[in-house]
Amino acid sequence: MTAKTLFEKVWERHVVVPETPDTPAVIYIDLHLTHEVTSPQAFDVLRSRGLRVRRPDRTLVTMDHSTPTDTAQVFGGVPIALESAAKQIRQLEHNCTEFGLDLIGLQDDRRGIVHIIGPELGATQPGRTIVCGDSHTSTHGAFGALAFGIGTTEVGYVLATQCLLQRRPRTLAIEISNRLASGVSAKDLVLSIIGRIGVNGGTGHVIEYRGPAIEALSMDERMTVCNMSIEAGARAGMVAPDATTFAYLKGRPRAPRGEAWERAVTDWTGLHTDSAAVFDRVVSLDAADVEPMISYGTNPGMVAPISGNVPDRPGDPVFARALEYMGLAPGAVLRDRPVQVVFVGSCTNARLSDLELAAKVLAGRRIAPGVRMLVVPGSQQIKREAEARGFAKVFTDAGAEWRESGCSMCLGMNGDLVPAGQYCVSTSNRNFEGRQGSGARTLLASPATAAATAVRGRVTDPREFLQ
Amino acid sequence: MSARTNPVTAIRSRTVVMPSGNIDTDQIIPARFLTTTTRDGLGAALFADWRYDAAGLPRPDFVLNRAEARGCQILVAGPNIGCGSSREHAPWALLDYGFRAVVSTEIADIFRSNSLKNGLLPVVVDEATHGWLLANPGAEITIDLETTTLRLPDGRTPRFPVEAFARYCLMNGVDELGYLLAHGEAITAFERSSS
Repeated sequence: MTAKTLFEKVWERHVVVPETPDTPAVIYIDLHLTHEVTSPQAFDVLRSRGLRVRRPDRTLVTMDHSTPTDTAQVFGGVPIALESAAKQIRQLEHNCTEFGLDLIGLQDDRRGIVHIIGPELGATQPGRTIVCGDSHTSTHGAFGALAFGIGTTEVGYVLATQCLLQRRPRTLAIEISNRLASGVSAKDLVLSIIGRIGVNGGTGHVIEYRGPAIEALSMDERMTVCNMSIEAGARAGMVAPDATTFAYLKGRPRAPRGEAWERAVTDWTGLHTDSAAVFDRVVSLDAADVEPMISYGTNPGMVAPISGNVPDRPGDPVFARALEYMGLAPGAVLRDRPVQVVFVGSCTNARLSDLELAAKVLAGRRIAPGVRMLVVPGSQQIKREAEARGFAKVFTDAGAEWRESGCSMCLGMNGDLVPAGQYCVSTSNRNFEGRQGSGARTLLASPATAAATAVRGRVTDPREFLQ
Repeated sequence: MSARTNPVTAIRSRTVVMPSGNIDTDQIIPARFLTTTTRDGLGAALFADWRYDAAGLPRPDFVLNRAEARGCQILVAGPNIGCGSSREHAPWALLDYGFRAVVSTEIADIFRSNSLKNGLLPVVVDEATHGWLLANPGAEITIDLETTTLRLPDGRTPRFPVEAFARYCLMNGVDELGYLLAHGEAITAFERSSS
């Protein structure tokens, strides 16, 4: 038997029709995650062609991108401030009714960011193919699933046929030795990786993250790493399932139970790259070299250690333009730079352990005068747990806003925006121009860095608070 | 397979050049325009934050606001255009504005896939051709999908790669959904065998 990579094993299990020189493979999709922003036009196609949803049982629908995070608007009967968002939400409700789909709606206690509730409900499982009209679908690869973002036309294909046409991508192993040092997080690791390979370093590839540093990560941390695979241009990111994965999934609502659980674990245990398997490319990193990171530019590859300086690239007009947008000069010191907004949230860093870390830094402290801090849990379940464990009180006592779950200020679709010209240390995934609002200046960092920065009102190395 | 759009065979147009690398889909269409439930009219939002100032007035220095950009159907961009968000609103906005092809040395995966499905031709060219196109904004060129070549004004005809099936769909104005639906029996058999 030929030695195979984890990706190849999952891919081969889902080939309905093999690829030929003239036609791509027909690949079966086990789980389709759907939300309000990238689905309306796909439902329109089904409607106009008289098609039904082939597998409602394999379609998990919720709303997260344009939903309000203000409690009064979610639960208090106050109208949703953005009329276009309210309309989009009503459209999804209507489409679910018409097409016979269960909807995890605005007031549902299972609602949250789609990439957070998939794992939370146990719908995300090893060996599955998972797609969603959202590029951060790569998150689910943390479980050894093959998970990738698709466009709205493909959302329609999956609704109608549960399949996609795909050419087989190449494989890229990112081998990470040693362990992250104390005070350094999974976010710092993935920002280092993107800084190293570039925002196009993974184009055309599925990444497998491997090695002792990855094996030592919790599921929450593995999800943070896989989440940002797309920021390196990769189709997907994967981690081989192991005891950590199984412990996370056991007992979750949609995970197998009893004998089915035992069979599943036996099957999942085989989902790893064989020792003789060959990747198309290999990149190696030492986790011990990773420091707390922060972005200084307008893409997630423009990152540096917090202790470092903004680099210089003389003669590069695009680089110069990015720094001009950010209001930073080459050589500028990153540490101690004043910020006006801090955002803890998003599918990258809004899980319970992220909130716990931010709360650890903030406990007994106040955020600096003039700083606005927004903490948006990744799901309503995380919200309840964070309240039960006292994290929410730490945030509100510190002067931060504690919100209902959703994508919120990661992309500002729901009106949670950073004003033009202001600096925002954000635990989200993209620092593109205008991502958090027209003219907003995003500095990507970990939850610990975000919390430490909120306390000082200046970019701060979280290790000062965590030692 | 069923009809989708007008077939694409060749595009002849002057070029608009945006040399920046890593033009992400948040630039092509910012998120605040994504609360729409249709695909119409998004051309008005194309590159909104680069095209218009805070007061909503056109920025005269932005390339699409110059007279010579009017009517151009081919966008030549720096490497890795379309990175970031999977929003199909990006190709919808480009098409609604009037573009029919995007040319670069490298085009991000999801954006390329979305473009092909809407009849916006993603054309990946070699460094030398790209360099020439960047240095000659407004050049009138032809993108020939039949021969998978570009025709430059100096007579050169560099080839570009297109996935065979996507090319077939573009040239015949059909989409992949009909092809997938035609495999209904194979899909049912797969579902039976794997459950």
